[in-house]
Amino acid sequence: MTMPVTRLSLLGAVLAAALACSDPAAATKIERVVSPGGIEAWLVREPAVPLIAMDFAMEGGGNQDPAEKPGVGHLASSLLDEGAGDLDARAFQQRMDRSAIELGFRVARDDFRGSLRVLRDKTDEGFELLRLALNAPRFDTDAIERNREQVLSGLRRETTSPNDIGSRLWWRTAFPDHPYGRPLNGTLESVPLISRDDLKAYTGRVFARDKLKIGVVGDIDATTLGPLLDKVFGALPAKGNRASVAPARMEAMGRRLFVDLKVPQAVLNFGGIGIARKDPDFIPAFILNHIMGGGSFSSRLYKEVREKRGLVYSVYTYLLPLDETALLMGGTQTRSEKADETLDLIQAEIKQLIDSGPTADELDKAKSYLKGAYALNFDTSTKIAGQLVQIQLDNLGIDYIERRGAMIDKVTLDDIKRVAKRLLDGGILVTVVGRTQDNPAKKEGG
Amino acid sequence: MKKIRIVLPAVFLAVLVCCLCAPISSSIAAPDVTHFTLKNGLEVVVIPDRRTPVVTHMVWYRVGAADEEPGKSGLAHFLEHLMFKGTAKNPAGRFSRVVGTIGGQENAFTSSDYTGYYQRVSRDKLKEMMEFEADRMTGLVLTDDVVKPELNVVLEEQNQRVANSPVAKLGEEVQAALYLNHPYGRPVIGWRHEIEKLTRDDALAFYRKFYTPNNAILVIAGDVTADEVKKLAEETYGKVARVSELPPRKRPQEPEQRSVRTVTLSDPRVAQPSLQRSYLVPSIATAKAGEAEALEVLSHILGSGTNCRLYTTLVMQKQIAVSAGAWYQNSSLDDTRFGVSGTPRPNVTLPQLDEAIDAVIADLADKGVTADELERAKSRLVAETIYAQDNQATLARWFGGGMTTGSTVEGIRAWPDRIKTVTADQVRDAARQWLDKRRSVTGFLIKDTARPEEKRS
Repeated sequence: MTMPVTRLSLLGAVLAAALACSDPAAATKIERVVSPGGIEAWLVREPAVPLIAMDFAMEGGGNQDPAEKPGVGHLASSLLDEGAGDLDARAFQQRMDRSAIELGFRVARDDFRGSLRVLRDKTDEGFELLRLALNAPRFDTDAIERNREQVLSGLRRETTSPNDIGSRLWWRTAFPDHPYGRPLNGTLESVPLISRDDLKAYTGRVFARDKLKIGVVGDIDATTLGPLLDKVFGALPAKGNRASVAPARMEAMGRRLFVDLKVPQAVLNFGGIGIARKDPDFIPAFILNHIMGGGSFSSRLYKEVREKRGLVYSVYTYLLPLDETALLMGGTQTRSEKADETLDLIQAEIKQLIDSGPTADELDKAKSYLKGAYALNFDTSTKIAGQLVQIQLDNLGIDYIERRGAMIDKVTLDDIKRVAKRLLDGGILVTVVGRTQDNPAKKEGG
Repeated sequence: MKKIRIVLPAVFLAVLVCCLCAPISSSIAAPDVTHFTLKNGLEVVVIPDRRTPVVTHMVWYRVGAADEEPGKSGLAHFLEHLMFKGTAKNPAGRFSRVVGTIGGQENAFTSSDYTGYYQRVSRDKLKEMMEFEADRMTGLVLTDDVVKPELNVVLEEQNQRVANSPVAKLGEEVQAALYLNHPYGRPVIGWRHEIEKLTRDDALAFYRKFYTPNNAILVIAGDVTADEVKKLAEETYGKVARVSELPPRKRPQEPEQRSVRTVTLSDPRVAQPSLQRSYLVPSIATAKAGEAEALEVLSHILGSGTNCRLYTTLVMQKQIAVSAGAWYQNSSLDDTRFGVSGTPRPNVTLPQLDEAIDAVIADLADKGVTADELERAKSRLVAETIYAQDNQATLARWFGGGMTTGSTVEGIRAWPDRIKTVTADQVRDAARQWLDKRRSVTGFLIKDTARPEEKRS
């Protein structure tokens, strides 16, 4: 009956996705499949459950939106299964329903992501509907207007949600002149301006065979998969026509911004300089983040801010390596009058960890956790498919799963201390959304 | 990745997910579920999934918010938090530290009917988890030093989930108005003024009454065999003595409901008005044969996805709504809820949307559903049970959730077959009998324009 109330909010999923890092435990055997038409996919065969899960990514996400029209890629993604080929939205959706086919599309900041989940007996129908969605989306007027209304409705809700207000303010302050500063789902001003031509231009420039990464898991072999890959992706242009994106330099480090909103609980977002995924010191930084505010009940922030003082329900940090910048992000929520105290405490804890490094015991436990937890990313077909794509996007190599454990093992306290100096260098940008009259220090600072 | 078209308040999303994933089939290559009971009364369910060397270890107690005394709302959930505060044998923090060190995941959850605890770990750590979990079944030690900060954590959780969200607040009001007599009207997290007064003694009394092996179900899904689990369970949980005998779970029941009710919550922060309605309906446990299955199919045809009646009529054809949908909370020890929700387009009022929803329901109750709709809904619901086999944690949740709300292992396994037998007449009859507005509460969320606008930067 009613929502189960959990001990920790469901940030785990977000964190796992953001920290697509890795370890051996998974007995996952990856096969590199190249289709007759030359399309590469990584495949994990798993006959135990009669289904197939496929994930894929193509370079070019929200960063491809025209500067004056954020939200184009987002709206386009919502329309791919709303009519394609000879099928209008209704007919397309009924065919999906009849065969219980699940298609998902979304834009991330740097990529477009897609997924298919289909029962083995409906494989051909699943790949056929995906082919139509990617190659022949109709963008019918009524479907555009319907989805536009849904996006606008969501945007209206966001205007009074402390979490959304804070997140939007954080990004546009940190990256005022870069696509990263603009919201993926657009704004109340931009979304009404998006035309059918804008949508077609987005898919026309981004949907292509270069920079395409595919992961497939399930009851299917390489011989069967090859022609299906050609069917779905084979007719896309060989090369995309993406706008180049400039490197992003984070601004406004060291500032605290306050937004007055009459809510009982203030929402705090913070972030600063992180580390690139390809940086040789990424793994030490990943371990350090785990100790600081990573996803378990033993991080320093969890213990000091939640467990000892009862200031918050959730507090977390995560590394966010993007194509054009790298960040270390975090967040928490606390009663408005405690916002400053909580922030000061978090900043002191982070500073202490960065200045002095973790203890040897903390390092050992973090390594052990990160190695053990990796297997939990491989226990469903959908999760494995996601991992296969992420490892390709991060360019880690098909043997990464086997190598990851040793990469973690060899990290020393000196490695951690070295990388700590680079993290959050220049300070953090903080946004606080809540009742500022409860808040003694509502000026900018710190 | 899945596009969400039915914009439901957060509190309903969990429910929606649950109602889609009713149990799994014995007839469609279902896992080989084993069920047995230890001498001390602990029930055990084993669901093998040998694909990856990990296990999901869950303990479910047959106690939830509806078992609290009046005036102590939130106690079941508060105790759930306190269960992480240690025992004489394993002082505070040790269990979580071990789970953290081995790279496990852990959490806990509370509903009106059950409270559950789980760890997901590599298979070789299963026994260690069982030892810890068996130890805290009756060995909890609480001091005010740990209880007081945790009460603040729970109050922050209430802020985060409810107080900060007008949609969630309205959800609580609708539920409170729907249940005239049954404790399901209380929020699981509790009413704030009552949470604030909960004490260590309250928590311990509740614990000693309800946390006993004969009131628990152990569910283990993953890379194990039933024989292995049986041996391990006897060595660990088998040694925990019963601490109490519990009477049948009888809560005050609802009287006949006679009035159409509406509640309106106005808040200056409502930038997008919306509507949510709940009907009082039978659950799997309280329904007559075939009724819960018909309600499940009805909720799918009326309000799931973009092919459903509400979406196609209100969003696509009449274009008066941005979103519209329905859900059925099938697992519940006593009579449960069938929900309908909608978000109007700009310039459409909530009463207009309310009336249009009524018309869609009336049409379905009058003319029934088509053979095509029935077949699509049934095949989709059965397919969901196959997809669920891909996720051991989902399977574990189905069995635990079903068994703590009055279902049997056999009943849960047979669910897809039971869905397959639903007829068009049964779906129409379910709509006629149960979607009677006199058994419902409709909540309107509107912008409060009497107070000044919020200042935002």
